[in-house]
Amino acid sequence: MEGIIQIEILYLALGYILILLLLLLVRLKRLGKEWEITLASLRMTAQLVLTGFVLTYVFSWEKIWITLIIFAVMEAFAIHTVFGRMKKSLFPALRIVIAGSMLVGTTAALAYFLFVIVRVSPWFAPRYFIPVAGMIIGNSMNGISIGIDRLSSGIRSRLDRLEGALMLGASPKEAARPFVKEAFSAGIMPIINNMMGMGIVFLPGMMTGQILAGIAPLDAIKYQIAIMLGIGGSVTITVFLVTELGYRRFFNRYSQVRQEVLDLRL
Amino acid sequence: MNTNSQAGAAASTPAFQLQEVRFKDVLDIKSLEIDACKVSAVVGPSGGGKTTLLRILNRMTTPDSGKVLFFGESVEEIDPVHLRRKVVMLTQMPVIFAGTVQENLLIGCRLADKEEPVAEAVQAIMTRVGLDKELSADAAQLSGGEKQRLALARVMLMESEVMLLDEPSASLDEETEVLIFDLVTEFCCERCKTLIMVTHSEKGFTGYYDTLIRIRDGRVDEVAHERGR
Repeated sequence: MEGIIQIEILYLALGYILILLLLLLVRLKRLGKEWEITLASLRMTAQLVLTGFVLTYVFSWEKIWITLIIFAVMEAFAIHTVFGRMKKSLFPALRIVIAGSMLVGTTAALAYFLFVIVRVSPWFAPRYFIPVAGMIIGNSMNGISIGIDRLSSGIRSRLDRLEGALMLGASPKEAARPFVKEAFSAGIMPIINNMMGMGIVFLPGMMTGQILAGIAPLDAIKYQIAIMLGIGGSVTITVFLVTELGYRRFFNRYSQVRQEVLDLRL
Repeated sequence: MNTNSQAGAAASTPAFQLQEVRFKDVLDIKSLEIDACKVSAVVGPSGGGKTTLLRILNRMTTPDSGKVLFFGESVEEIDPVHLRRKVVMLTQMPVIFAGTVQENLLIGCRLADKEEPVAEAVQAIMTRVGLDKELSADAAQLSGGEKQRLALARVMLMESEVMLLDEPSASLDEETEVLIFDLVTEFCCERCKTLIMVTHSEKGFTGYYDTLIRIRDGRVDEVAHERGR
């Protein structure tokens, strides 16, 4: 295994010349995005520097509670992001389904990855736990977000079809079936596409990082396959749970479409 | 029209009884009885609560207060899905599901967990509603009138006890309207079904109904028993 080439701070600073070039170009073309580009570059730098210090601290101090707090913060941030993306179409009964599906799906997949596939010891070793949890939670967040959004917009835009089925005597499950099916497919589609193109269309970030760090490609792909299976499993469980439990929330106990949903008709 | 004893027994108890039924500021019905095995026309100005009344009978809407009895039994006691399988409702705008004409005809029975009708029955109903289309045709391609006939044929195939039709002829020409009135009343009479139909065409429907229920501003304005047929 070769050591990685250290980037000197001075040379790293030269990297910002690319951003300056970009700013110059935007200025010349009057595209008016200077502020966003500057802010994005500064935020990226500040956030990564902070993360670097936090991880250095966390890695040197291997404690269960620190790992778990970071895990909880990641989950909370992901759930909050899903809520934020749904904006007005989120009604209270859906919140618990989203949060529950996220927690159950990601925890199950993460536990399987750590205990069964990689057999990390101790299981809370932050060097493994945190990046893997990040990848699993991040992908599941996207899946859940797409799945629940598609379920909600599908139902709200075709309420006539949903109610039409109920009026004929369909159970809510039967009436919602086409919407659930469509939402599930939409939710898992990004990760399916990702797996399809993996290694050919693009080299995944984790694998690239490991190769740069001097790990043999054949070892790096083993990790990549394992993590993709973990992510695939987590996305599937979370999207399945959120769509299967989520559709019920669109109905009340009389098998009628809830008033909140009727009010949000598209 | 009630020739067998079972139908006679069913006819003695009203299909629906409503007592002090209120829903928001849309509907306020002190008392209303709707006879079984009869044709009832619900008329009145638009926005008066006619559709809400049908939705309450089909339990798509739960009233804020009051009692609704279905053949003497409180609807509260009946599973809403089971009730809807006996009391099917057809909306003003026909709902067409993705798929062929045949799939759309059979979906009612499939959704309601009823036995699918045999091919001859499907063909017969197509002829009866005057839907001259291939069973394999894409239902989405049908015209407005054809979609309405398809939706009507779908609920007729379900053979449920009560049919609630919400202005089935709203978007149709007069000729088709007469055809639909003929068709549904004849169908319900020969099978002793209860038909409750909202219509804007009170005159056109005269002679077809046994009972006229006029709803105005959410209240029952008039109940008239006719012997038009």
